[in-house]
Amino acid sequence: MTDSGAPATPEELKERIEVGIPGATADVTGDGHHFNAVVSAPAFHGLSRIAQHRLVYDVFGPEVGGRIHALSIQTKATASETENIA
Amino acid sequence: MSDDVSTQIHEAIQSAISENPVILFMKGTPDQPMCGFSARTVAILQSVGKPFAAVNILPDPRIRQELSTVSNWPTIPQLFIDGEFVGGCDIVTEMYESGELQTALGVEDANGGEPAPEPAAQEPAPLSIENRL
Repeated sequence: MTDSGAPATPEELKERIEVGIPGATADVTGDGHHFNAVVSAPAFHGLSRIAQHRLVYDVFGPEVGGRIHALSIQTKATASETENIA
Repeated sequence: MSDDVSTQIHEAIQSAISENPVILFMKGTPDQPMCGFSARTVAILQSVGKPFAAVNILPDPRIRQELSTVSNWPTIPQLFIDGEFVGGCDIVTEMYESGELQTALGVEDANGGEPAPEPAAQEPAPLSIENRL
């Protein structure tokens, strides 16, 4: 599959995840093709891992596997209640 | 019509998933994985010691296309246990480290809590390879 448009950057992915998933914070690393995203969001609460990861993939649609060659994901549900997390 | 071929592939994928209790769709084969994520997932399954069927998705792009419509999942590899989609490399790794994968596979939790194994270098294993697609 050929790339279209500018190469993806970790900054772009981080911003799109944080815009696409309400309340999400994302740490994204990557080299333009392979990316790793650690995403925390209250929206993950009560969802299975598959459903949590789908929320992240859905931000990018068909770009995953294409322009974004590979995207590894780790998700964490952040509590909506106040909780002390170091 | 290519639509007919896609339908055939779709049906072949669905019967492969229902006929094999543990089936991995991957890039390459367990003996010769063609992608680091597939290699890692194979290494984990081999470490758990449960036999699994494997389908190489690389020979025809329509396999991946149809698989994604079955699983609603964009990336490869994809693991199915007892007909249900379990996840890709990230989820399988997390489940292995927490012991959930061993439970899902009905295997004693011998390695739970340990870091996932790195892919072994060319280690032939007694796997049933199913690739009728």
